[in-house]
Amino acid sequence: MVQSNIRFEQVNKSFGTLRVVDDLNLVIEQGEFVSLLGPSGSGKTTILMMLAGFEAPTSGTISLGSQRIDQLPPHKRNMGVVFQNYALFPHMDVASNVAFPLEMRGTPKAEIGERVTRVLDMVQLGALKDRKPSQLSGGQQQRVALARALVFEPSVVLMDEPLGALDKQLREQMQLDIRALHRRLGLTIVFVTHDQSEALTMSDRIAVFNRGKIEQIGSPREIYDQPHSRFVAQFIGETNLVEGTLAENGKSGATVALPGGGQIRVQPSGAQLASQKILVSVRPERIRLDTGNKADNSYSATITDAVYHGDHLRIQLDDDAFGFIVKADRKQAELAPGDRVTVSFSASDCWMLPA
Amino acid sequence: MSEAAARTRLGALALVAPLVLFLALFFAWPLVSMLKESVSDPVGSRAFPLTAEAAAGWDRQSEPPDALKQAFVEDLRNIDDQQLLGDAVRRLNSAQNGFRTLMGKTVRAAQEQSGPLDLAAIDAKWTDVRFWRAVVDSTNPYTDRNLLAALDYQRDATGKVVALPADASANTAILIRTLWIGAVVTIACALIGLPYAMLAVSLTGWKRQLLLGAVLLPLWTSLLVRTAAWFILLQEKGLINDTLISLGLISGPLPLIFNRLGVVIAMTHVLLPFMVLPIYSVLLAIPKNLMPAAASLGAPPWRAFLRVLLPLSLRGVVSGSLLVFMTAIGYYITPALIGGAQDQMISSVIAFYAIGSANWGMAGALGAILLVATLALYAVYGRLSSDRGGL
Repeated sequence: MVQSNIRFEQVNKSFGTLRVVDDLNLVIEQGEFVSLLGPSGSGKTTILMMLAGFEAPTSGTISLGSQRIDQLPPHKRNMGVVFQNYALFPHMDVASNVAFPLEMRGTPKAEIGERVTRVLDMVQLGALKDRKPSQLSGGQQQRVALARALVFEPSVVLMDEPLGALDKQLREQMQLDIRALHRRLGLTIVFVTHDQSEALTMSDRIAVFNRGKIEQIGSPREIYDQPHSRFVAQFIGETNLVEGTLAENGKSGATVALPGGGQIRVQPSGAQLASQKILVSVRPERIRLDTGNKADNSYSATITDAVYHGDHLRIQLDDDAFGFIVKADRKQAELAPGDRVTVSFSASDCWMLPA
Repeated sequence: MSEAAARTRLGALALVAPLVLFLALFFAWPLVSMLKESVSDPVGSRAFPLTAEAAAGWDRQSEPPDALKQAFVEDLRNIDDQQLLGDAVRRLNSAQNGFRTLMGKTVRAAQEQSGPLDLAAIDAKWTDVRFWRAVVDSTNPYTDRNLLAALDYQRDATGKVVALPADASANTAILIRTLWIGAVVTIACALIGLPYAMLAVSLTGWKRQLLLGAVLLPLWTSLLVRTAAWFILLQEKGLINDTLISLGLISGPLPLIFNRLGVVIAMTHVLLPFMVLPIYSVLLAIPKNLMPAAASLGAPPWRAFLRVLLPLSLRGVVSGSLLVFMTAIGYYITPALIGGAQDQMISSVIAFYAIGSANWGMAGALGAILLVATLALYAVYGRLSSDRGGL
């Protein structure tokens, strides 16, 4: 099979004086599932629209394999696009919606019928082919949109927050379904979302965007465990941050001195930290409240708030433990505000960031 | 709880009461009275009450019985309202020629002599059964004469519905002409209105406001003023002809006024807002991402337009067409001012009967025909739009 990577090279996009995409360089491998993640206004949708052909880059090139595509009109790009709110044609029934891209390609009638049936069966909508989109539920409309984007067997499928309008359970089901389709069909999928948990569960790689720039790109694990910046650490999941100065950075471990006088043992950072002032990030679920546990870091603190969440107990600590938030085991449900606890976490769960 | 609900409902009813009252007074009542006027024929029954009673046993074919004749004479003696008598004579004369002189003689005779009267001796016409039939027919307070005449039909001597002679029938021709002008104006409005609305929707900011303003502004001007403006523009020495001549495009003035072309031009302009606005609102409601979606699925712009945008905007075209057509077939001022004799529409005939000849029955009947045509059209529209549901 011909390798067809998607390649953005020095792509800029401005609307008037507003620079929405700032010097984007990105390669998406064939068959990869890449999520573009970021807050609204970070440029992620604009990038997808440039890839689909609805926006032209102000400068730079976009290519698919060896072909430069940034000047190609959208109808010649042969990419499946699943839009936010699905963009189904309201005057056509499900089968006609799905047949549309095949008709545009002049596929013979008999073959159209056969392929439409096959793809609708794949998304489990075979029984609803005569319905109008308005007679379908949100999840069903979403599946039609997916079927329509897949029926002409594009090698690249672009999705613009396709699950945003679905309720939580349906969204999680669709996440698994799309992931399975991706594996089975070997598609390249570029998936725009502002939902970090969605990006974490679905992607091979996540590109985190902030103000038109890629803040960090990597596997979900890298992004979550080794964030490069305060923005990424706070945008992906939840974290506790404490500011300090790097006292020691050895091979076996590092120590961060805190302004109040204490210190935190942290895992050594491979990266050269530009300044002595740094941030330490500790994920709430990594902190333990077991008494008498031996750990790299251990503090005595008072609980100021405890909220029961069903699967975990969310605990707010006082300044003795830097005001950290802890996701405690539900077995510790008897913990209550005012209780004195020992807070401990290991050095390997502490990650250093530039302040 | 239910008492509170009842009070709420009462309050709501009280709030809509002025509206209901207004509609009843200024819409329902005139409508009903117009329809009633078109079928009512009260003169005969008021002038000849005894005749009406005596006519019950007559078979309408043979010589009328003496009782009927004497009842009629008695009625003539009883009339002291000269206005009513005049109306009755006019009513009878319109059904059967010759009544004017006949009634003059008969009334005089009836008032000069008392006791039974030999009508045949006064005038031989009274031996003609047709005159008696006209008298008896006139005593029926309801009639379908006006409605039939509005469609160029009448009842012949035996009561059968037959077509009016060709020289007396103009209403059907005018009705067809009205529908035809309405259709032409509707098509012209659709051909201009659809691209115009699409252009307006595709623009933003002041450009869109300008386009909409250009359509709306005439709507805020009086119809008479707009028609008068067209009168000036379309004249032989009007702006359009002068411009075309000075540009050298034509050698002599084009005949633009007092003909069908002028009527269609002026009506199209006047009615264009009713086409543009529904299409515009339908287009606005079409999701913005459908055309990009079509493009991403491989549709070149013109195919995306034909398959997606055009079918979706047709709903607006249908409502706009309905509005324009229904308004157009009721037009009066514009054809009257801009059109020639051959361009007058049904409304001018109604105006003629209502204002010109005080024949409210005919005016009402023609109005009823127009109303029925409009309602039928509306029913067709309702049917079409529900079939195409799910949009």
